[in-house]
Amino acid sequence: MSGIIVDPTAESASTQEITTDVSERMLDLDEDDDLEVFSKDATLADGSLFNASMPTSPASMINQFEEDADEKDIFVTVDNPESHVTAIETFITYRVLTKTTRSEFDSCEYEVRRRYQDFHWLKGRLEEAHPTLIVHPLPEKFVMKGMVERFNEDFIETRRKALHRFLNRIADHPILSCSEDFKIFLTAEASELTTHKKQGPGFLSRMGDTVRAVAATVRGVKNRPEEFTAIQEYVDTFSQKINSLDKVALRILKEQKEYLEDLKECEPMYTLWSGSEDELAEPLRGMAGCIDRCCRETGEQVNQLSENLVPALHEYVLCAETLKAVLRRRDNIQADVEAKSETLANKMTERESLKEEIDKLEDKMEFANNALKGDWERWQKNMREDIKAAFMCTAEKNIDYYEKCLAVWESFLLSQRSDLTVESSGEQDPAPQEIAKDEAPQAT
Amino acid sequence: MADSSSEEIAVIGNTDLTAAELENNRNNTMAEAGTALLKRMEISVAEAEKRTGKNAVNMQETYTVYLIETRAVDTATDGQNPTPDTLWRRYSEFELLRNYLLVTYPFIVVPPLPEKRAEFVWHKLSADNMDPDFVERRRAGLENFLLRVASHPVLSNDKIFYSFLTEENGWKEVVFETGFQAKADSRLKALNATFRVKNPDKRFTELKLYSDELQSVTSQLLRVRARVADRLYGVYKVHGNYGRVFSEWSAIERDMGDGLQSAGHHMDAYAASVDDILEEEEHYADQLKEYLYYAEALRTVCKKHELLQYELEVDAQDLTSKKQQREELATGTVRTFSLKGMTSKLFGQETPEQREAKLKVLEEQITEAENLVIQKNAECEEFVQKAWVDMERFKEQKDRDLKEALISYAVMQISVCKKGIQVWTNAKECFSKM
Repeated sequence: MSGIIVDPTAESASTQEITTDVSERMLDLDEDDDLEVFSKDATLADGSLFNASMPTSPASMINQFEEDADEKDIFVTVDNPESHVTAIETFITYRVLTKTTRSEFDSCEYEVRRRYQDFHWLKGRLEEAHPTLIVHPLPEKFVMKGMVERFNEDFIETRRKALHRFLNRIADHPILSCSEDFKIFLTAEASELTTHKKQGPGFLSRMGDTVRAVAATVRGVKNRPEEFTAIQEYVDTFSQKINSLDKVALRILKEQKEYLEDLKECEPMYTLWSGSEDELAEPLRGMAGCIDRCCRETGEQVNQLSENLVPALHEYVLCAETLKAVLRRRDNIQADVEAKSETLANKMTERESLKEEIDKLEDKMEFANNALKGDWERWQKNMREDIKAAFMCTAEKNIDYYEKCLAVWESFLLSQRSDLTVESSGEQDPAPQEIAKDEAPQAT
Repeated sequence: MADSSSEEIAVIGNTDLTAAELENNRNNTMAEAGTALLKRMEISVAEAEKRTGKNAVNMQETYTVYLIETRAVDTATDGQNPTPDTLWRRYSEFELLRNYLLVTYPFIVVPPLPEKRAEFVWHKLSADNMDPDFVERRRAGLENFLLRVASHPVLSNDKIFYSFLTEENGWKEVVFETGFQAKADSRLKALNATFRVKNPDKRFTELKLYSDELQSVTSQLLRVRARVADRLYGVYKVHGNYGRVFSEWSAIERDMGDGLQSAGHHMDAYAASVDDILEEEEHYADQLKEYLYYAEALRTVCKKHELLQYELEVDAQDLTSKKQQREELATGTVRTFSLKGMTSKLFGQETPEQREAKLKVLEEQITEAENLVIQKNAECEEFVQKAWVDMERFKEQKDRDLKEALISYAVMQISVCKKGIQVWTNAKECFSKM
């Protein structure tokens, strides 16, 4: 069931000049986009559990609830990744849990298992049905070369979180959450879903879309309304900037990791040295201890970056591509109207039916434009909140990191200074003590 | 303590140069309370200058000279700053001085000079000897060297050292006149030769082992530290990109714009702050380096003792064998195999007269050898005594200095953390306004 899928990452505008050499990302193109992994040698045991812990962080769950607490009547979680092995492939499924009070749903609780291609199908259907609504992006199909391994626990966890966000964004969307496809995705048993997938427009329709998209870029839109041009310009710049930030964050992560690796080598040096000394042995061991603790804190910092900031920024890189696609589709609709209107002007016969067609198209266009306008506001608000949250979290973690390291060094200083004052009075210790006075009540 | 003496006279004149508090601290740690020399004079290396001139092979060369300032300490002062006496010295002259001290006081752990070429640099620092940062750190290192010597109970009384500080012209000639070079060359040869001591002094053996360990660990530590500095630089500097991108992005945002822009400024500040941080870290590295080179000096003393011990053993062995020879000659018995014995067996015994003559010569030689051994023994003992005193002094100094260095490092880290907290708190505030 593979069609021509527009790869969201193919167009990443990497034109921003960053002072330090940055781009090392390469796409690793898998053989088949439906399969996450293709392995003849299936060595993983059936149904092996990867991560049976918390589905989502309690914090984000609470946020969900608090946000639209009064209005929210559907809650979706994605958790519990499991690997499945068959004769020809190995893939991962996720548990999708739904709790809802909506009347369209027969029951109030559903539990199904879905794999990545199911999510992908859903996205396609939603975009088809609502071409000018902004559907939250899915985590990437393709894997970044050298960044992460496919069966790596961290990768699966990152993907799970992204899938969770994807479904929740849809659940939060006033229009998209009412989609029949969405409902079936959440509720149908595996076989039911397969059957449903086969029906309805799919391959051919998507084909058509793409063809029209290509044609549209050739044709162009003649009288694009100002506001959409403004949005287009915004999206172009936003895309550039978010791509840059994504690269910056990745680079920081890389540098941070390398720093940590080298820092780790200091500790054994001090320990080794302390073995040769007598008076100095204790302070040297103290140093080793401090460095060890700082290493641990740095490790946490690295984790925060890779689990929080980097995925958040990356999601918006994908969003930028989604936005571009949405704008393209809107343009297509308008281009259709314009083209048909032109034809009308030149045609002598069949004017009535053509006029009817144009009217319908114009309705469609107006509907699409309004949908986009409405969703645009919504998207901007969400974007602002997401980016804000991601950077605040990073800032908080960094503050926490420095505070913890500060405590480590202060306690070391205290232990060394108290030795000094006990050892000898009248020993001069000018500069450092001036600073120390601020921190600890040290008798000089 | 060099600085305590300068503190006593702080009223009179301020010898603090450009020094950061940490650098001053290093000078403070020379806890030898006022040697006679330091009670009389303040010493500093005030400036560095580039010169060009013709060298020994008449070729143009560029070199750096350092200005040594000495100022008399006059307790009965009228509050005015006496003008310092000054003279210029090149690094090679410092080297000459040190070599002289090494030869003249072999039992002293002679303070090391700052490195000749920049080692253990991380990528941002230039390894070029002409680089102003390197020159500045060398200036500080040379000053430290002079203060170390000046605060040493034995070295500070040396006349050549004194004239190094006070006589610009003709100093080199005076040094060469002492004839230390000849001693140096012969000793150098001997030291580099491999020899084995039969009865090594355990204390010196342990010390030599310690000096090896110290050298090894400090050089490894310095290497790792340089790499860590490099990485840290990378981490901070990349954050500067946030600043640029945030600023550009803020242009298209309505509500987020201000928050982004101001957060960006803080990111720029964060990126810029690493330069100061790493400069301060260099002070720590310099302190480690000093003891890396001190370890070498320590090792040298141990080696010299070994050499003395070896020579003593050789002389003693020589004496023993000569005594044996005498015994053999006197009693006519051959204890050990000797060619003489063989030849006399083959070609007949010597005449009594011949034997008498030989015995006489041997007796003289034995007396000579005995005196030599006594002398050497005394030399050895004196060396051991003096060396041990200096070892103790050195050990105390090292423990004090290095502990101080660790404390300074902690202080520096604390400052880094506080700055980090500040920047990210500000940034967080800006983010919250987005």
